[in-house]
Amino acid sequence: MNLAELQKKLIAAAKTEVLDDRVPYAFEKRVTALLQSRVAPQNLDLWVRGLWRAAVSCVGVAMLCGAWTLFAPATSASTDDLSQNFETTLLASIDQGDQAP
Amino acid sequence: MERTEAELIAAVLKGDAASFEPLVAKYSPRVFATARRYARRESEIEDIAQEVWLKAFDKLKSFRGEAPFEHWLMRMTVRTCYDFLRGHQRNRESSFSELSEPENDWLERFVAAPETATDNADAAKLLIERVMEKLSPQARLVITLLEIEDRSVKEIAELTGWSVPLVKVRAFRARGEMRKILAKMTKDKYL
Repeated sequence: MNLAELQKKLIAAAKTEVLDDRVPYAFEKRVTALLQSRVAPQNLDLWVRGLWRAAVSCVGVAMLCGAWTLFAPATSASTDDLSQNFETTLLASIDQGDQAP
Repeated sequence: MERTEAELIAAVLKGDAASFEPLVAKYSPRVFATARRYARRESEIEDIAQEVWLKAFDKLKSFRGEAPFEHWLMRMTVRTCYDFLRGHQRNRESSFSELSEPENDWLERFVAAPETATDNADAAKLLIERVMEKLSPQARLVITLLEIEDRSVKEIAELTGWSVPLVKVRAFRARGEMRKILAKMTKDKYL
């Protein structure tokens, strides 16, 4: 059998096939709806990503502060007790209120 | 007033997804016609078309407007169809023993008198469809673009992203592969 001729005939048959360009009803509406539903979560993703980054940075800063308070060399004696100073500062207004006549 | 393609694309890039709809409506017939060359089931064809448009939307930033939007979209369509072919190679192993009666008749007529076998017979179209399904994805893509759609090697290179020499090599191999399949088909039938 002449395979080259058969190949030629079949290719010629394929060329005569009329292209079917039908599009399902409201296909463009479905695609647009799908795209719009994808855009909203993308915006949400941006927020979530941003917040996660901020959280990671906060944890980093907190750890650095912790390390600094633990390992920083003490400069002087008991007068520099950080917790005592912090408490005094925080409660200063209350103390002043108590001392007022 | 109707907006131009460039205006629609600019609006989509600014975040207005609804402006994509006129583009989808305008070019979907071409996308579907191309997808129907590579897939048979309507559900598969629709999946391909949908994927093309999702990719087009996601990659719209890469469209620089130097070539028409249609060319850019058709490149994406052909590449998506090729990906589909690579992912759906299940039909390639079946034999030719279950040819339908019209297909058998056409082949017999061809064997008896090749010149009388008509080109546009429905049976011939079914046969070529069967043969195409048995080709490798690369061979099927090249035969479709080069032989059936009569595109030039350069055009195929642009559509597929392959180099011109690679298209030529693949076209040579595809023709050989097709001839092997035809030989197997005739052997299954006549031996």
